[in-house]
Amino acid sequence: MIQFFRRLHPQSLRILALAIVLLLTVLFFASQIDGYFSPRMLNRIATSVAVILPIAIGQAMVVMTRNIDLSVGSVVGIAAYLIGDYLGTHPDVHPVMVVVIALALGAFCGAINGALVAYGRVPSIIVTLGTLALFRTYLVEYSGARSITTAGLPQWLVDLPQATVFSIGNFDMRLTVAMSLVAAIIFWVALSRLRVARKLYAVGSNPDAAVVAGINSSLVVFMSFVLSGMLAGLAGFMFLAKFGNITVVAGLGFELKSVAAVVVGGVNIFGGSGSILGVVLGTVLVDTIDNSLTRWAIVSEFWREALLGMLIMIAVATDTFMTRSFGRMKGKSE
Amino acid sequence: MMLARLKSWEGLLLIILIITVLANAALAPQFLTLQNQINLFQLSIEKIIVALAMTLIIINAEIDLSVASIMGLAACTFGILVESGTPAGLAIILCLMLGIVAGAFNAFWIAYVQIPSLVVTLAMLIMYRGIARVLLEDRGITGFPQWFGDLGQKAFLGPFPLGMIIFVVLLVVLGLVLHRTGFGREVFVIGTNAEVARFSGVRVARVKTILFIISGVISALAGLLYAGRLASVRGDAATGFELDIITMVLLGGVSIFGGRGTIIGVLFSILIVLNLRNGMALVNVTGHIQTAVIGILLIMSVLGPNLAERMRSTGLAKASA
Repeated sequence: MIQFFRRLHPQSLRILALAIVLLLTVLFFASQIDGYFSPRMLNRIATSVAVILPIAIGQAMVVMTRNIDLSVGSVVGIAAYLIGDYLGTHPDVHPVMVVVIALALGAFCGAINGALVAYGRVPSIIVTLGTLALFRTYLVEYSGARSITTAGLPQWLVDLPQATVFSIGNFDMRLTVAMSLVAAIIFWVALSRLRVARKLYAVGSNPDAAVVAGINSSLVVFMSFVLSGMLAGLAGFMFLAKFGNITVVAGLGFELKSVAAVVVGGVNIFGGSGSILGVVLGTVLVDTIDNSLTRWAIVSEFWREALLGMLIMIAVATDTFMTRSFGRMKGKSE
Repeated sequence: MMLARLKSWEGLLLIILIITVLANAALAPQFLTLQNQINLFQLSIEKIIVALAMTLIIINAEIDLSVASIMGLAACTFGILVESGTPAGLAIILCLMLGIVAGAFNAFWIAYVQIPSLVVTLAMLIMYRGIARVLLEDRGITGFPQWFGDLGQKAFLGPFPLGMIIFVVLLVVLGLVLHRTGFGREVFVIGTNAEVARFSGVRVARVKTILFIISGVISALAGLLYAGRLASVRGDAATGFELDIITMVLLGGVSIFGGRGTIIGVLFSILIVLNLRNGMALVNVTGHIQTAVIGILLIMSVLGPNLAERMRSTGLAKASA
């Protein structure tokens, strides 16, 4: 057993630790909630993860370059609202085109952040704290206190959350969940296999060395923000499809949720390390806790946040302790 | 020494401040009256009190995102205690102790387990707020003793309300501690390079613990003032204040990477934010746009000097990023 751990890379240990925590969490709730392993519960969690996962992946890439993107919640709001608004007047736009518009809107917002951080050399926490307010203000002003309702949306979008790609037994693979998973797989493969994506890690682990190695680190940082914005745009589309009714507060607080998913997923907040697989597990863990607590009879719904905060802390602490003690074990054996 | 620094960042802030005040005075003749200036402070008094503690935390190269949740938690705990018949005086003491405990709990994870403060206080932002919601669920509590409401709203000493007096006292005390004591030097040294500080014999964990406890207790105090000023509490009291507070500190020239910043700079930035909001209200600019303008100001305050620096260094030897 110990031999087995010794051979593993620290990053794999993190993933393993996270998977164990997730498994324990699921088993715990299964013992507490009747019919926990029902397709309904699974679908509930899956569709919720589908919205937050793209944001978490984008956030992870930004965090890997030693930055942070606090504006994602506002970008989700802008994308969800503006597309909903646009579809109200142009109901015949092709669905694929709608997704493209969502991605472009997000990428545009991300490019503003990226340009200020990478070329203006303003710390990302300052830039995105500012754009968090700016983007939201734009939305509030643009909306003029109107909200988007399902009545104004084309039928295909209203039906989208129910659209199923395939079914395994009683479990239906929803189209939105599949889209999110495909995005996750693309970024997972890219970040672990593609040379160009490895630059994210190079810039994050040592910016000076990256520059010396001939990497255009400004461009890498810029692109990480563009991608983060783009994925937030995708999440905005999912958000619109899932809820249908959009007010100006859409996506509020997603920045904290995505950062929580990313750090629980084992991405180093000081940059340079982390994996998309970890982020997926982190997102699923945070959302599973969130969704399961609402179903847990023993605690009232008001306990949700308190327990969520505590569990995030426990997850991060467990992860830290496990990684450290495995690391020590490894160290001694060498 | 203080004056020498004024020529740089603080000088720029001072110029912006003077322009804002002059513009305000031109727009509304009653702007410069003492009562209007006091009202200005009263509207954001809780945020600016916490901003002072946040200044020390950020100079120390840490961050405390949980401040607004501690404010809400203290306010809700006070409400519950008073409702259940605890004398308000005792309830105040218990709530301040709660602030100390909350700060110490943050500090334990940050200073001793060494998990980044961004992560710890993010989790605690959610958890402390969650406990506040558990306490009050979805109801509000009113009916505090008359004197408690008066402390939050009425003049306490001369024309000045209690909150403003607390602000000025904290400003002077924290300013002196930060810029005139050995402890203050340690805060800067750790913020510049924690590793170097540790090898130089600075008790890093201890300094961090003290700072987070200070932040916790000041947040609890601010939460109580908030409860007094509104004469009611709800589970969502003070939600989202952390972003405004951090904005004020960063606009004051405190480096987000730690090791750099002054209390005077933060004071100027607080005055600018208060005056800007007031001025915009005078010309009928709504709350949301006010927030946006301050957001732009925050970004420009760092972008401007950076671009100027870049232009100056063009032609010189190519700087290393």
